[in-house]
Amino acid sequence: MIVLANIISLTVIFAVPLLLVALGGMFSEHSGVINIALEGMMIIGALFACFTLQAFDQSGFGPAHPQLAVFLAILVAGACGMIFSLFLAFAAINLKADQTIGGTALNQFAPAFAVVLTWAIQGQGLTTIRIPTWVRITRETLGLAPAEGQSFFDTLFFKYFYLTTPLAIILLIASYIVLYKTRFGLRLRACGEHPQAADSVGINVYRMRYAGVLISGFLGGIGGLAYTVAAGSGFNSDVGGYGFLALAVMIFGNWKPLPILGSAVFFALFKVIAAYNSTLTFLPDFKGVQDISNLYQMLPYIVTMIVLVFTSKKSKAPKAEGIPYDKGSR
Amino acid sequence: MAEDFVIEMLNITKEFPGIKANDDITLQLRRGEIHALLGENGAGKSTLMSVLFGLYQPEKGVIKKDGKEVRIKDPNDANRLGIGMVHQHFKLVECFTVLDNIILGVESTKMGFLQKDAARKKVMALSEKYGLRVDPDALVEDISVGMQQRVEILKMLYRDNDILIFDEPTAVLTPQEIDELMEIMRGFKAEGKSILFITHKLNEIMAVADRCTVLRKGRYMGTVDIADTTKEELSRMMVGRNVQFVVDKKPCEPGDNILEVENLVVPSRIHKNNAVKGVSFNVRAGEIVCVAGIEGNGQSELVFGVTGLEKATCGRIRLCGQDITNARIRDRSKAGMSHIPEDRHKHGLVLDYTLGQNLVLQRYWQPQFQNHGFIRSGEVQKYADRLIQEYDIRSGQGAATIARSMSGGNQQKAIIAREIDKDPQLLVAVQPTRGLDVGAIEFIHKQLVAERDAGRAVLLVSLELDEVMNLSDRILVMYEGEIVGEFDPRTTTVEELGLYMAGGKKQKEGQA
Repeated sequence: MIVLANIISLTVIFAVPLLLVALGGMFSEHSGVINIALEGMMIIGALFACFTLQAFDQSGFGPAHPQLAVFLAILVAGACGMIFSLFLAFAAINLKADQTIGGTALNQFAPAFAVVLTWAIQGQGLTTIRIPTWVRITRETLGLAPAEGQSFFDTLFFKYFYLTTPLAIILLIASYIVLYKTRFGLRLRACGEHPQAADSVGINVYRMRYAGVLISGFLGGIGGLAYTVAAGSGFNSDVGGYGFLALAVMIFGNWKPLPILGSAVFFALFKVIAAYNSTLTFLPDFKGVQDISNLYQMLPYIVTMIVLVFTSKKSKAPKAEGIPYDKGSR
Repeated sequence: MAEDFVIEMLNITKEFPGIKANDDITLQLRRGEIHALLGENGAGKSTLMSVLFGLYQPEKGVIKKDGKEVRIKDPNDANRLGIGMVHQHFKLVECFTVLDNIILGVESTKMGFLQKDAARKKVMALSEKYGLRVDPDALVEDISVGMQQRVEILKMLYRDNDILIFDEPTAVLTPQEIDELMEIMRGFKAEGKSILFITHKLNEIMAVADRCTVLRKGRYMGTVDIADTTKEELSRMMVGRNVQFVVDKKPCEPGDNILEVENLVVPSRIHKNNAVKGVSFNVRAGEIVCVAGIEGNGQSELVFGVTGLEKATCGRIRLCGQDITNARIRDRSKAGMSHIPEDRHKHGLVLDYTLGQNLVLQRYWQPQFQNHGFIRSGEVQKYADRLIQEYDIRSGQGAATIARSMSGGNQQKAIIAREIDKDPQLLVAVQPTRGLDVGAIEFIHKQLVAERDAGRAVLLVSLELDEVMNLSDRILVMYEGEIVGEFDPRTTTVEELGLYMAGGKKQKEGQA
């Protein structure tokens, strides 16, 4: 039972960054801009958020008000992701650059920048930014009595519980409402489907696309922090390809919030199996294969490819995504 | 002021790189009239309307609403002045519902949340009042083109526009839908709304318009009252010379068999059955054979089979005696087949290539145009310039123009130039004049007849009975994938053809 609780809570904690980042990608693509730079936005968000946490830790503010400090770090992550996404927005919208190339450039830039900044602040060779332990939500945080021993529910809820988890659920619901129930959402989707139509009814396509990209930067940055706390050991200028995995989650989720939730959980589950296969005793061990863990570690990526092969035909991407909008063209 | 003009566009000039789309054009719209704007493809009609709608800013000229000068910087300004437009290419988001499309841009909200109930009521009421019969909850991608146009009309009505611009509204409609649209337009006129009706179809203008302003190559040619004019006069104003509605041609002198088709069977791309069910015919040198029929009776698939776009499952095709049933498209082309395809955007041109590149698509591999795999762009340029000259292909930047930016008539001329210049034995032309204006139609008809007179075999597929009667030397009528009759245009009538096309009659085997 404890194993099951472990798997569920691990799945949730890894689904959270996938969910956030895929939602971010969804906003960008619904506005008509392909955001391949999600990976980079995660790195930048995580980088600055981790520095913020470290600063809070050293100043004593963090240990004193842990969840408030985490919340502020989340805001920093979102804001920095947003600022970083401005580069993509400017290139894709104002300069009408190829969005894939622009995004790739940002992805190359982000980890290099993170390494340089980490070394500059922490000193040569210190590549990891440690995350303080008070970040995790514990029973004490919620004012509950300490648990006695290991119980199912205790493992399920409190083993890996961070502020990003409830926040992701709130942002998921908010994304759904914004996209389908508000004027902003209607206009945003129109810009990704048929920008000429949006323009002809007086919607400023450029502004809506900026909004879409900035939201994706915000969510991507938060997703970067969410990944880092989930990964545990600290920030190494790297988010493990989750930005790209999130793109697959978004496509598998058909650019819709609720299916994205489902596919984020699905992918996270495979990630967990990959990462913890040695401790999951019920998995087949394929007698005769030398190092079985390699096989399991490949699993999420193989599943991604297979799933995309079968779903990409049916998937309905926003029609105008990836095409720079030019007022003059007919 | 003597006359009550609701909109005046005075001395409008609008330039694009390399082309003066509007040169000193004046258009005055009276309150409560249907005013036609007539001109060939590329005459500047759409540009002028885009200026009025705020999509383009003119270099010179003023726009007046009710006698007062106004500036229209974007569609919002136009909307505020009560100007609405049904665009030639609909501006509808396909995966949205009808209602969402109508309210887009003028949504009523409460704290940012959409409030659709009042909008739905208003749309239903308008739809009822003008007999538009539109379901507000249907997805746009699921409804017919005619219905989509009504959604565009409802968009204008929902915004309380009283100056309605229709940009070539009938090009995409069936004859019955056109009649209904005319009725709707008369209804608006009776309500006191003013209508600008852009078209190049003279019959429609004569049927519904009060006055007509004519443009030619970006210039203003004049405004006439429809009551005092004729079709011939309008077409003269539009094209600048007398237009022949009937093509002169010498009697047909057929030679050897060029194309022989035996028992051809071609599967359909839409449904599981065969679209062409065992068709046999031949086309001889020096004759135009026309395949007539109502759309969707296998004509397109017949051409796919002959040209190689679709694999024939049964039967035999011979071109100049050579069996080409399973030949590659390139080999068919080399054997002397030219193809003017039905869908010029999909099969005729690479839209994002330049005009020059499109013109050498059928021969870029020839030694004249390549050297060890490298394109000799100087030769391409020279060749393209010659064709542009000979076939009068008009474009902004000559051979360097991107095909997508050209008007439909000139795109079609480019295809015809390319296909005819490769000196084919057989020319397959599918609806070569669809969507084109009278000047371009006349040009294309003359080219086809000239090819016939030069001893080529021409296989023409057309839905327009006028064109069929006018051009062909022999007529084959197709119905449900079979050839149901063969006719001589000199001895048959449109009525008789219509009877066969609708499946009412069938000639016996052997007679056909």
